[in-house]
Amino acid sequence: MTGLQLPYLAEMDWHQLWYMLSKPDNVPIVLLLFMCPFYVWMAFSQARKNDRLIAQLEADPELAKTHHRTIFPYQKGWPKTVQVWPFLLKREFLATVIVTIILIVWSICLDAPLEDPANPNLTMNPSKAPWYFLGLQELLVYFDPWIAGVVLPSIILLGLMAIPYIDVNPRGNGYYTWKQRKFAIGTFLFGFLGLWVSMVIIGTFIRGPGWLWFNPGQTWDHHRVDHQVNRDLHEFFGVDGALPEALFGLGFLIICAGVIGGVTHACMKKMLPEMLKRLSMLQYQVLMQLWILQVLVLVKIVLRLTFTVKNVWVTPWFNI
Amino acid sequence: MADTDPKKPQDEGNEGGLFTTLKGKVKSPAQLNEELKETKVWKSIFRHKLDDSPRNRSLAVLSNVFLHLHPARINRDAVRYNFTWGMGGITFYLFIILTLTGTLLMFYFHPSKGEAYRDIMFLQYDVPFGNLLRNMHRWAAHAMVITTWLHMLRVFMTGSYKPPREFNWNIGVLLLLFTMLLSFTGYLLPDDQLGFWAVTVGTNMARATPVLGHEGPFGPELGITAFNDVRFALLGGSVVDSNALLRAYIWHCIAIPIIASILMMVHFWRIRKDGAISGPAPVMLEAEAARKK
Repeated sequence: MTGLQLPYLAEMDWHQLWYMLSKPDNVPIVLLLFMCPFYVWMAFSQARKNDRLIAQLEADPELAKTHHRTIFPYQKGWPKTVQVWPFLLKREFLATVIVTIILIVWSICLDAPLEDPANPNLTMNPSKAPWYFLGLQELLVYFDPWIAGVVLPSIILLGLMAIPYIDVNPRGNGYYTWKQRKFAIGTFLFGFLGLWVSMVIIGTFIRGPGWLWFNPGQTWDHHRVDHQVNRDLHEFFGVDGALPEALFGLGFLIICAGVIGGVTHACMKKMLPEMLKRLSMLQYQVLMQLWILQVLVLVKIVLRLTFTVKNVWVTPWFNI
Repeated sequence: MADTDPKKPQDEGNEGGLFTTLKGKVKSPAQLNEELKETKVWKSIFRHKLDDSPRNRSLAVLSNVFLHLHPARINRDAVRYNFTWGMGGITFYLFIILTLTGTLLMFYFHPSKGEAYRDIMFLQYDVPFGNLLRNMHRWAAHAMVITTWLHMLRVFMTGSYKPPREFNWNIGVLLLLFTMLLSFTGYLLPDDQLGFWAVTVGTNMARATPVLGHEGPFGPELGITAFNDVRFALLGGSVVDSNALLRAYIWHCIAIPIIASILMMVHFWRIRKDGAISGPAPVMLEAEAARKK
């Protein structure tokens, strides 16, 4: 079983849990566990204030003419800018001092790991990539290496680079807001927190020997064998033969993409008609395809974890 | 000689003493300070006066090569930590720390099989502060990956990639890639089991590159083998061995830092050219948004 069931508290292997959490190389991910929610909260608390200010100014056009339009205190006559020396530089200096102190204390308390000398004949189990690549390694569970290791990272980078050119919303340029940019922020946080950071965390804390799923506090059993049989999607439907299999998989993907795209388009039409009007055909295509891909990755992950589906599209040359 | 001066009044209760003798001749620190600033040497180094005036405050930034990436004045709320989180600056500062500690580590490191691991042991147990040095380098590297992610999160959440800053966001994405590659290439250098297997796992994915990998789609069909594919180019061999160690070392210590530095120059330059930091900007109302093309 892929074991999504939580172990009872009494069966918790606290030693195992502590071992995972306190491994020096895992400390950054423990930090991330706290820092990500903290900074997302920080962004949203300011977004909420800005949204309230926007609502207030929309309701009162006279006020909008005279208001300084930020959530920070301002009175008439105050300069809009301050001298960099000393007002910015003192803060930069303070930041470097704090970072230095944290780093030195961290370095005194925790030693960088050093395992035995490299030995090609003794495979580490589990052998893990550096923690920031564990999201990609976790993707290897769900996809063939050429997708997980090459295609998806490339698409992530290209997709990130495309963001400024496909986000046609002029609002929210230089201030935190949620109500004015729901789609952009929702998509980004889904990708960053929902996919990237969560998979780093799964890859670090959940995956044990044999890259099997171990719940937090479940003893790492090096002799555990999973008898899970993953099957290709066409086997569920009794499709047989190379050509029918390939056509079935392709058809399934096209239908999935069509459904996701169609639903998204309908939602956009209803909720974001202005965005649709602003997007050029090329922008719309790129945006839609990146969005559909992101959702399809999630669909594949869910299909594997719940229905033990191995591949959805099987061809003689590649599988997806 | 000094006390032969008849005009000079004697100090009461300290007659003929050293202090009395020197009084009037020795200058106070404040006086010395003033005179120092009139010397040719001082004037050749510092081009502006130091009294507190807006002009001198601006000159302090603009006439200093290390500070001149800053503008003289900045949006009054842009200095707040809760707007910027300080993450971009901290990332840059961590890069500087990594350059310094990395250079020091290079003095003790030979990028060859056998020696590399021994050098790390040497650093840990024999070199004065060697262990602290290595720890700082590793933790600063991990921290830099985190701060890069959080900086991107902040830039996204404030919409700071929007016009006119689209291009600079792209430079930032490249910097994210090179930050992770810097960290990844450094991972192999201790030549221990951790680095060896991490890099083995990481570069095994390159086997499967479509067209360019010997296990990737359409690779074998085009004559790609384990000895001419993209993984071979990364490792300098078909397995992670001494050539891979040397390649990782050169990418880590020379090539990527230079590439990243050039990208950073462009990144910082563009911040200034695109009108400094994006906010906190005045909020935009619907009527204005509708007018915006």
